[in-house]
Amino acid sequence: MSEIMLAISKYAIPFILIFIPLYAYIKGVPVYESFVAGAAEGLKLAVKILPFLLGMLVAISVFRASGAMAGLAAVLAPVTEFFGIPAEVMPLALMRPLSGSGALAITADLLNAYGADSFIGRLASTIQGSTDTTFYILTVYFGAVGIKKYRHALLVGLCADFISFVTAFLICRAVFL
Amino acid sequence: MVNLIWLIMLLTGILTAVFKGKVEVVTDALFQAGEQSIAIVLEIAAVMMLWMGILKIAEEAGLMRALGKLLKPLVKKLFPELPSESPALGFILMNISANLLGLGNAATPFGLKAMHELQQVNPEKEKATNSMITFLILNTSSVTLIPTLVISLRIQAGSAVPEEIVATTVFATLAGTVGGLMLHKFLQKRGR
Repeated sequence: MSEIMLAISKYAIPFILIFIPLYAYIKGVPVYESFVAGAAEGLKLAVKILPFLLGMLVAISVFRASGAMAGLAAVLAPVTEFFGIPAEVMPLALMRPLSGSGALAITADLLNAYGADSFIGRLASTIQGSTDTTFYILTVYFGAVGIKKYRHALLVGLCADFISFVTAFLICRAVFL
Repeated sequence: MVNLIWLIMLLTGILTAVFKGKVEVVTDALFQAGEQSIAIVLEIAAVMMLWMGILKIAEEAGLMRALGKLLKPLVKKLFPELPSESPALGFILMNISANLLGLGNAATPFGLKAMHELQQVNPEKEKATNSMITFLILNTSSVTLIPTLVISLRIQAGSAVPEEIVATTVFATLAGTVGGLMLHKFLQKRGR
């Protein structure tokens, strides 16, 4: 089953890259000129995102490098241990919404330290896969169109992350323990 | 809320560093963040130029509208504010499909195009609309069927059954997505 899914994942992009230009050409679209016009828009967007991304990364990397985040994880550890959540995954849970590369590094580290097939390894994998980097996505998507008032987007995004985290723990406990 | 969180992260970070007597960490982190953001944007720029080029072709061939029409019933439920002819629906659909397949790289340009279209029908250009928040919940909670990155990490770490976490991941993802959407509905009824 997972082989079929990975194969679909692998061939989806080549298929799209063949299908769209061919279909458009038959429809009379000047494909090359359209492509270049679209690419120019893409470049503009990427440049527009930069200040937002820089601003967010500055705060996140200071928060992380100073050890403030590890401190927060340590403070929370007794509380989560009470519920049976291993303290080892707390840094990952806190990092996941903040930094994609940071979370990925922690997950890789946990998998190597405890084994991919240990409970911690399985739980870490599930946490890593079940949410995305909320701060990054809000920053980039809102930044690209110039939205400054997020309303409740961040609150809802972080609550969804928290729900995913708790659910990941409960389902892993039910399935793997 | 973003302003406050940004300030708290920055201040607690700097104060922690000062308290620990390693202030130099702060300057290092600042430089790193600068370099990192440029590196990310360069990578994004390359992917975006490619995909936005392809998408422009698709748009001019009328494919995005057709896609939107195809999944109208489902998308209409999630995005009631959008006119049914909106090309945003097609981009949203392509963004979700790319996420489902675990193609995070391709999902971003589709997603940004969708945001662009959503912004066209936004009466207050600096304020997020309900549709935008709904759309971003779908992205931050990472609706996926194939967590490709995690599977490859597990293979690297020597897992015997690397894909055994797919079911638990999909379950946890769905819980987060549904929870987020419900909270969004609730808050928007209270007029936030």
